[in-house]
Amino acid sequence: MIEARALTKDYGDKRAVDGLSFTVRPGIVTGFLGPNGSGKSTTMRLILGLDAPTAGDVTVNGKHYRDLPAPLHEVGALLEARSLHGGRSAYDHLRALAQTHGIPRRRVDELIDLVGLHDVARKRAGKFSLGMGQRLGIAAALLGDPSTVMLDEPVNGLDPEGIHWMRNLLKGLASEGRTVFVSSHLMSEMALTADHLIVIGRGRKIADTSTHEFVSRASGNIVLVRTPQATELESQLAGPDVTVTTNEPELLEIRGLTARQIGEAASAHQIVLHELTPQVASLEEAFMTLTRDDVEFRTLAAGERVA
Amino acid sequence: MSSLAQVGQLPRLPHTGRVTQARVALSEWTKLRSLRSTRWSLLAAIVLTIGLPALFAAVTSSHWGSMSPHERADRHPLDIALAGVNVSQLAVAVLGVLVITGEYSTGMIRASFSAVPKRLPVLWAKTAVFGVVTFLLMLPSVLIAFWASQAILSRHHILQVSLSDHGVARSVIGGAVFLLLVGIFALGIGAIVRNTAGAIATFAAIFFVIPPLMNVLPASWNHAITKYLPSEAGRQLFSPTHDSTSLSPLWGGLLFAGYCAFAIALAAVLLVRRDT
Repeated sequence: MIEARALTKDYGDKRAVDGLSFTVRPGIVTGFLGPNGSGKSTTMRLILGLDAPTAGDVTVNGKHYRDLPAPLHEVGALLEARSLHGGRSAYDHLRALAQTHGIPRRRVDELIDLVGLHDVARKRAGKFSLGMGQRLGIAAALLGDPSTVMLDEPVNGLDPEGIHWMRNLLKGLASEGRTVFVSSHLMSEMALTADHLIVIGRGRKIADTSTHEFVSRASGNIVLVRTPQATELESQLAGPDVTVTTNEPELLEIRGLTARQIGEAASAHQIVLHELTPQVASLEEAFMTLTRDDVEFRTLAAGERVA
Repeated sequence: MSSLAQVGQLPRLPHTGRVTQARVALSEWTKLRSLRSTRWSLLAAIVLTIGLPALFAAVTSSHWGSMSPHERADRHPLDIALAGVNVSQLAVAVLGVLVITGEYSTGMIRASFSAVPKRLPVLWAKTAVFGVVTFLLMLPSVLIAFWASQAILSRHHILQVSLSDHGVARSVIGGAVFLLLVGIFALGIGAIVRNTAGAIATFAAIFFVIPPLMNVLPASWNHAITKYLPSEAGRQLFSPTHDSTSLSPLWGGLLFAGYCAFAIALAAVLLVRRDT
């Protein structure tokens, strides 16, 4: 369980995280979604106590990370920035981390096997590919059998097999009752793994909802209508919450009405329809619509201040 | 790497208890010995500490016959035996800096502080482990340097001293203590500056640049200030001769240890306060 309350972090004049409040619950995979530079990594650093918040507060299992007596048993973290010495072997890296908690040597071997690094465990980690480095980072995160797992962009650099493995691992960890918090800038990846989404843009929370709800809310009820009586239909449907756009003759894109409402209105006015298709926005579109609005708003505000 | 996708779920691990200072020290020992830079730096320190006195002893022996009485009187056996310390201090200092800056430059510090979020145990453990390793390697090195240089000089029956002679054991052991403190001072600077090049430059400025600059000052100022500089104070630990312009071995050593304690204390304060 991770709880953030009005978490805020400034770096100089730049506000990286802005009044963020959220709760990450055990037993499900929670996706932490936002464009690059939106404050995901900073939030994770604040959770780990690597950086101190300017204002607000964040706790893990009810405690500040710094006060955890055995943090590797409670939180396993993979940060996006590389967190290992390239001159050290994978084995020695994990061994040194394990020793801080008295975790036995065979646990290190177990995890090296789990992430598939057995053949290269004695080689210097600096020679590892991006994907191998990522697996080593995951082994380090899981070393202490933590109740909370926090991974920053974990599929970065993984091959398709590795991505598939990662999805199963995350779901498996959540089904065991762990708290799983995974960041990504890719909505499509989150849709496949996350049950719940926390979406941020420019350090602010945009959405905190189930993945299903997020998608249906963001898709915004677009219906595609093809009719030879386009102008007539348009005038019949006109209303305060309805927008109609036309890209080609006889084709209307209608927002604010369901396919059923449009079909019934056409029938009532004896308008012929050739096509009536509800459009489900793709996850990627939904995500971009939400974050784009936020980004534009923020940019405008900054520009206004300058002027 | 083949059957990655089929690998099962995470095996469970019984809780192994809290982070302790002793566990962090063990972890730091693993970190220290698993890097090549450690081996090379310490090997260089050992070779220089022993090799240079042996070389100087051989050169002094072979030229003894052609030296003037004045020149002969100027030669001190301990200056020869501990000549290597002046050079190997650089290797020890570089390693002292790297022990901490290596973590910042690679990002390892994030893993270290995630495992030990109170942070200070990491600094204490690094200082202790590096200090013990350095002293345990440097003490035999200075002793071997002493015996080797004496053995070479004894073939010409010149410049013979014994460890039981006044001040000899103090100088020889003092050489190892000096190297230990140099390493800790450098580690402190590394933890304050957090950047390898910057920390080594800072160390070099304090130890090798500022002392000669003192010669530009009026003599009275120079004498008043120079003996309190870290390098000068520390040097008294292994310097065989002392006069009015230098501190005694005891006070010089204590002052240098004080500088080290100050560097580590400042590092500790910054380590807890700063973002990583």
